[in-house]
Amino acid sequence: MEIFSWLHYDFMKYAFLAILIITPLFGFMGTMIVNRKMAFFSDALGHSALTGIAVGVVLGVNNTSISMAVFAVIFALLLNQISSRVSSSRDTVISVFSSCSIALGLAILSRGGNFSKYSSILVGDILSITPEEIGVLAVILAVALLFWIFGFNKLLAVSLNRTLARSRHISAGVMENIFAVLTALIVMVSIKWIGILIINALLILPAAAAGNISENMRENHFFAVLFSMFSGVLGLIVSYYVNVATGPAIVIFASIIYFATYWWGRRNNV
Amino acid sequence: MQKMIRPCGLHCIKINHLGVTIGKQEILKDISLHIHCGSLNAVIGRNGAGKSTLIRAILGDIPHTGNIEFKDRENGQIQKLKIGYVPQSMNVEKQTPVSVYDMMAAYQSNVPVFFMRGKKIRQNILEHLEIFEAEYLLDKQVCNLSGGELQRVLLSMALMNSPNLLLLDEPVSGMDQNGMELFYKTIYNLKEHYDLAVILISHDLDYVRKYADKVILLDQSIQKQGSAREVFASSEFRQVFQYGREEG
Repeated sequence: MEIFSWLHYDFMKYAFLAILIITPLFGFMGTMIVNRKMAFFSDALGHSALTGIAVGVVLGVNNTSISMAVFAVIFALLLNQISSRVSSSRDTVISVFSSCSIALGLAILSRGGNFSKYSSILVGDILSITPEEIGVLAVILAVALLFWIFGFNKLLAVSLNRTLARSRHISAGVMENIFAVLTALIVMVSIKWIGILIINALLILPAAAAGNISENMRENHFFAVLFSMFSGVLGLIVSYYVNVATGPAIVIFASIIYFATYWWGRRNNV
Repeated sequence: MQKMIRPCGLHCIKINHLGVTIGKQEILKDISLHIHCGSLNAVIGRNGAGKSTLIRAILGDIPHTGNIEFKDRENGQIQKLKIGYVPQSMNVEKQTPVSVYDMMAAYQSNVPVFFMRGKKIRQNILEHLEIFEAEYLLDKQVCNLSGGELQRVLLSMALMNSPNLLLLDEPVSGMDQNGMELFYKTIYNLKEHYDLAVILISHDLDYVRKYADKVILLDQSIQKQGSAREVFASSEFRQVFQYGREEG
């Protein structure tokens, strides 16, 4: 079949597999990020990848993916802690810490005029993914799914009203921290393939689009996963034929879906 | 439906020397209360008197000193206290895709609401919504409910784990006069027909006078407690509500 000629190449097969794992994961995690109004939080997390790499370089770590993930987890927990204690708004706290960490990362990585070495992470390249790395993605998908099945109700309860959740013996702090750590991990394991600049779009757009036309959590999740996978696969194929970077192609399709659902939702008063 | 039973009047909740200090500020001190099942207890006081803090301390949401006991008066046996809480509001903005079912099941069940509807939990939710004639709200989005509708849903939710004590935090904000009257009547019915005690933070002294069995005047510590008539006639009451009536 001519339509599937792109699948003849191994790198396209791997990319296809990776997309099939990343996009549903981003779809359902995104619903909670959107409903909890954490878009800025996940954006800041993405940007902290630069600092994570910088920390790895300074410490002489060979695999900067690990220093990136560790830094992101610490960063996420720290943000959670501080924004629950400091009285200024969460946005401001995130912004202060995010810009501070990006500046630090950029300063270290650009020392000696070497930043171009790291610029590939800004855009990402899913075509370079290896089978082992796909394995890592699959593991994180499994972990996230387990948390979703066993923890989603509690997380939703905490999001709706912390005190009420407390009265049902649900610990708000624990649920929020697990969710933040999980978000940090999925962003970090995918950032090399999607790119710092647009990873947040992939997390937010499908879920927000689904929110435009959903009335309950089941519809919300169904559409978020559907939109995410659809724009992922379509973006990959189109990027192959048009010869543009895959990440941006995916995000463009996700944006189109967002605007279409926004329009549809308004017309049908959802 | 939950069984309608006459309150036995034999259970009592004792709050002993409860105190809350946040940072260096002492917000509540030495609160001792005796609450009987089947009684409606209204907590009144000016803004910042610590009324909401009292509720959160009883719920265990903030650390406090002192203790809370739930006793059977006949044999003195201590039992586990189940608390139903009705918050002032929920964090839902316009367009949030959370239905009444999603919200109630999230607190009540382990069947993941993003995946499927549990038959049993759905039935259970419907039965409790029925108490407040709110079954028709099951599939509505929480963000689209009116103030009164949300109130009834939250009340149904609070009753779902058969509480011994119902805590209501300033629930009447954003309701019109008819809604208020209906609300107080509902609470009155609840405490008459279910074996539970009610602690209600209230701003409206007229309704307190009409419906409360016991009034607690709070200002960091308990200034005065007793029947509405006693408290309203006291000098402490006049001191707190100097201008005759607290504003809303």
